[in-house]
Amino acid sequence: MKVSVQDQDFDLSTETRLLSKNPKVGAVASFVGVVREVPMTLEHYPGMTENSIRKIVEEAAARWQVMDCTVIHRHGALQPGDQIVLVAVASAHRGDAFSACEFIMDYLKTQAPFWKKEHRAEGARWVEARASDDQAAERWQGPPRKKAG
Amino acid sequence: MKVKVLFFAGLREQLGTPGEEIELPRDVTTVAGLRSYLAQRGASWKGALSEGKLIRMAVNQDMVQQTAALKAGDEVAFFPPVTGG
Repeated sequence: MKVSVQDQDFDLSTETRLLSKNPKVGAVASFVGVVREVPMTLEHYPGMTENSIRKIVEEAAARWQVMDCTVIHRHGALQPGDQIVLVAVASAHRGDAFSACEFIMDYLKTQAPFWKKEHRAEGARWVEARASDDQAAERWQGPPRKKAG
Repeated sequence: MKVKVLFFAGLREQLGTPGEEIELPRDVTTVAGLRSYLAQRGASWKGALSEGKLIRMAVNQDMVQQTAALKAGDEVAFFPPVTGG
């Protein structure tokens, strides 16, 4: 498992290639979040951020087959079009990889201590949390749902 | 007992401080108790921390409910609901 909170950019193909080195891996599902429209600064809680992401990945590995996983989240100043976050999950089959990737992303949005501040023409403002993000995480509660592999 | 208090994001800006070491009165034993103790410090503290404000809390870097108990040396963080990803 690789968890990194960094100000530098990342390269998707480099990260997924590293995950597919294990000959038992048959699927790598990845998600990349991108800054939309407005420049922003991302603040986080060093230490807790990394720990909370590791816990989310462990929770995913308890539900689905996760052979390896990479989560990279950037902080600092970001421009529209910049990559913010990468979640990539390696598994034997696609069902586990897709589900675990989506689960990690949904939980990261509600549990990992990051805060976005948007820099708009009229001034800077902290982004407010959205109820839809809580709902996205809540739908995973209850028994795990297996998809066809 | 002494605890370390941290504030993040909008809360840090509202309060004008990233945090501090603080000696707690004997009757402050939970996160909720610490929150109301801090809220009494003045107008900006009351505005930022009063009940009804949506705030998340962590003790030693784990998210907790307000009822969580405190012990000496704990790192207690207050912050707005998170908006990463």
